[in-house]
Amino acid sequence: VNEPRTVNERVERTMSDGHRAIRTAIDLQPVLVVLYALVLAVLVGGVLIWITGGNPFEAYWALLRGMFGSWDRIAASISRSTPYVGSALAMAFAFKAGLFNIGAEGQMLVGGVTAAWVGTWAWLADVPSVFAIPIVLIAGIVGGGFWGGIPGVLRARTGAHEVISCIMLNNIAILGVRWLVNSQDPIVLRDPTQSVPRTADIAESAHLPSFVDSTPPLSAATLIAIGMCIVFWFLFTRTSFGFEVGTVGANPHAAHYAGIGVNRIISLTMVIAGSFAGLAAVSEVSGNQHHFQPGVFVGYGFDGIAIALLARTNPFGVLPAALLWGSMLSGAGLMQQEADVGIDVVRIVQSLVLLFVAADAIVRYVFRMKGHEPGSALRAAETGAVA
Amino acid sequence: MTATVAIPSKTVITQRRFGRRRITSLSFAVLGLVLAVLVAPNLSGDDKSFAFERPPDPASITFDPPTLVTAIGILYMVLAVPAFLGARWDRVVVWAQAVSAALLVPLVLGRAHALSDASSTNVTNLLDESLVLCTPIALGAMTGLWSERSGIVNIGIEGMMLSAAGVGFMTYAVLGDGTATGWMWFSLVVAMLTGGLLGLLHAWLTVTFLINQIISGVVINLFALGLTGFLRSEVIVDTGVTSGKALPEFGIPLLEDIPVVGDQLFRGQPIFFLMLLTVFLTWLVVWHTPWGLRVRSSGEHPHAAETLGIDVIKIRYQAVVLGGLIAGLAGAWFSMEASAGFEDAMTNGTGFIALAAMIFGKWRPFPALAGALLFGFSRALGARLQFLGVEIAGFEIPSNFWQMLPFVVTLVVVAGAVGRAVPPAAEGIPYRRSR
Repeated sequence: VNEPRTVNERVERTMSDGHRAIRTAIDLQPVLVVLYALVLAVLVGGVLIWITGGNPFEAYWALLRGMFGSWDRIAASISRSTPYVGSALAMAFAFKAGLFNIGAEGQMLVGGVTAAWVGTWAWLADVPSVFAIPIVLIAGIVGGGFWGGIPGVLRARTGAHEVISCIMLNNIAILGVRWLVNSQDPIVLRDPTQSVPRTADIAESAHLPSFVDSTPPLSAATLIAIGMCIVFWFLFTRTSFGFEVGTVGANPHAAHYAGIGVNRIISLTMVIAGSFAGLAAVSEVSGNQHHFQPGVFVGYGFDGIAIALLARTNPFGVLPAALLWGSMLSGAGLMQQEADVGIDVVRIVQSLVLLFVAADAIVRYVFRMKGHEPGSALRAAETGAVA
Repeated sequence: MTATVAIPSKTVITQRRFGRRRITSLSFAVLGLVLAVLVAPNLSGDDKSFAFERPPDPASITFDPPTLVTAIGILYMVLAVPAFLGARWDRVVVWAQAVSAALLVPLVLGRAHALSDASSTNVTNLLDESLVLCTPIALGAMTGLWSERSGIVNIGIEGMMLSAAGVGFMTYAVLGDGTATGWMWFSLVVAMLTGGLLGLLHAWLTVTFLINQIISGVVINLFALGLTGFLRSEVIVDTGVTSGKALPEFGIPLLEDIPVVGDQLFRGQPIFFLMLLTVFLTWLVVWHTPWGLRVRSSGEHPHAAETLGIDVIKIRYQAVVLGGLIAGLAGAWFSMEASAGFEDAMTNGTGFIALAAMIFGKWRPFPALAGALLFGFSRALGARLQFLGVEIAGFEIPSNFWQMLPFVVTLVVVAGAVGRAVPPAAEGIPYRRSR
C-alpha cells in the first residue's frame, strides 16, 4: 500500500462515497481558478502601476474603497454592473446554440431607443405605473429582439455569418440611433430644450422604482437582471425549447436528424438573445437615466462577451462576473482621484483576469493546483452545458 | 468561424444557390427597368462631368445624366438574361453580376451628381480616398486570412492593430520626437513587431494551451484597449508630442505617369504599397508554394496533415505570428500614415470590418481585397455625397445614412450575393497531437 503523499490525497481516501459525491457536485475548482486569476491579474497590474511611478497599494486601496467602501459605493457598484448582466446573457444564450452574438451593443441601442420613444408618448404619463412600466419594458424587449432576430433569420435563411451581420447591424444601429437622437432638422427624438443630444425624459409613471439614491441609483433594474438569469436558466434547463437549443449548439447535424428545426431554433435563439440585451437597455433607461443617450451604451456589448466567457456562459455565474466587472469600473473614479491612476489599469487587469481564466494552465502552474486537465475551466462553455 | 458555429451547409439547410442567382439577376433587371422608365426621364438634362485627374487640366468625361442612367438601366436588363438560360451559362452569370455590381459605382455617382448643383465632380479624390481607406481593411483581412487558413480564428485583429498603432506612435514620439525620419521607419518596424508579439500570444494561448480561440481574441482586444490607453496617458502625453510628420508620399517612377490610373495606383504612401504587396504575396505564398499548402492543410484537416509529416503546431504558430505582423502594419497606418498621432480606440472597429471583408472574399486574398475596396469606396462615397448635399424628394439625406451605406451593402451582399461562406474545415477546433 502506498502512503498518501499529500493532504488532499489523505482527505480523499478517508472520505466516504457521500462526501466524494458532494465534492464532485460542488466543484470549487472553477471558482478558485477565477480567484487566483484575479490575484495574478492584480499583481501584474500593480507592477505596471509601480513601473510608471505610481503607488500600487495606494491605487488599489482607493479602487477597493471606490468599489465597496461604503453602502453608497456598494449600491453604485451593483447599479453600474446591472446592464452588463443582460448584455452577457445575450452573448451566453446565443453561445448555447453555437452562435456568436457579437451584436449586443446594437441590440441594446435599438432596444433602448425604442423604449425611450414609447416612454415619451404623451398618453403614457396618465397610465398607472403597473401598466406603464411593462409597456416600456416590452418596447425594449421588442426592439432588442427585433435587432437580434435579423442576424438569426439571415443565418437561418441565407447562411450569412452571424458575426458579420452583427458587426454590420451594430454599426447601422449606432449611426441610425445617432441620427434619431441627434438630428435637429427634422427633430425626431431629440429633446430640443437640452444642449446635449438626448431624448426627452420618459413618463414619470414608467420609471422603475429606485431603492438607494446612490450615483447611479440602485433600482428595480437589478431585480430585473436577476430575473433574467432565472428566466435564462429556466428556458435552458427546464423547457424542451432549451433542450433543442443545447442540441443545436452541441451538434446541428444530430439535431437535424433528431427532427429539430435547426433554422427555427437559430432564429428564435437570436431573438431571445436580443431580447435580453434590449431588456438590459430599457432597465438602464427606465431605472437609471430616465432618458436615452446613445453614448451611454458604448462598450456594453464587448464587455458582455468577456463577462459571459468569464462566467462560462452559466446564467448564475454571470451575476458575480458582471459585479466584478461593473464594480471595478465604478471604483476606478476614486482611484483616478486619489492615486492618479486611470481607468486603463482597470481595463488591463480585466483583460488579464480573462486571460488567466482562459489559460488556466498558467494559474494551475503558479498555484500548484491539481486535477482537471489544462483548459478545462472553459471547456464547459464550448460543449454548451450549464455547469 | 467559431468552434461551435460549424453549421453544416449541405444537409441541414437545403442549398438554394441557383435560386439565389436568379433572384439577384432579377433584382438587377427590375432595378434597370425602374432606372430606365422612372428615374431617367425625371433627371435634369444639364451636362455634368467627372474629372479623373488632379487639377490643373484633368482628363474628364462629360455626360448627360438621363442618358447615363438609361444606358445603365438597359444594360442591367440585358445582363440579367443569362441567369435564365440554363446551367451552361453559369460562368457568364457570375461575370454579368460582377459587372452589374461594378456599374453601381457610376450609377450612384451619376445620379447623385445629377441631383446636386455642382457641374463637375472630381472623381480622383474619391478613388484616391477609397484606396487609402481600404489599406488597413485589406491588411486586416490578410491577417485574418493567414490565421484562419491555418485553422485559428482571429477576432483579435482589432486589438493587434490598436496596440501596434499605440506602441508604434509611442516609439516615434519618444525616440524620434515625432519628426525624425530614421526613427519613423524604426517605429514602423516596432509597430509590426508589436502586432507580431500579440500574434505570438494568440498562438501560444490557442495552439499550446488549446484555449477557446474566440476568448483569446476577446482578451487581446480588451488588453489592447487598456494597454494603449495606459501608454497614451502615461507616456505619450508626457512627451508632449501630440502629432508628428506622417510617412512620406512618393510615386513609382514611370508608372505614375500613366494617365488616369498612374495617379491613383502608383502614387501613395509606403503602407499603401506594402498592402498591395502583401495581398499579392499572400496569394502567391498560400496558393503557390509548398509551405502555403501546408498552411492550408493545417486549416482543413490537421490530422491528415500531421500524417504527411507536417508539423501542424509549428505551421499554425508561423501563420498566426505572420498575421500579427501584418496587423501591426495596419496599425501603423492609423498612427503614422493616415495621420501621425494616437488617440484612444482610434482603429474604431476597422479590425472587425476587415474580418467582414475576409469572409466577404471567402478566405481568398484578391476577393478579400475587393471586399476591402468596397468598404473603402463606401466610406469615401459617404463623405463625398454628404459634400454634394443630395436631396431626394425634398429631403436631404443625413450624413449618418451615407455612413451607413457600407454596412448595409455588406449585409445585403453577405446575405444575398455571396452566398454561404464556407470557412476552412478545421477552423476553431483546438488541435491536439495524437500520441
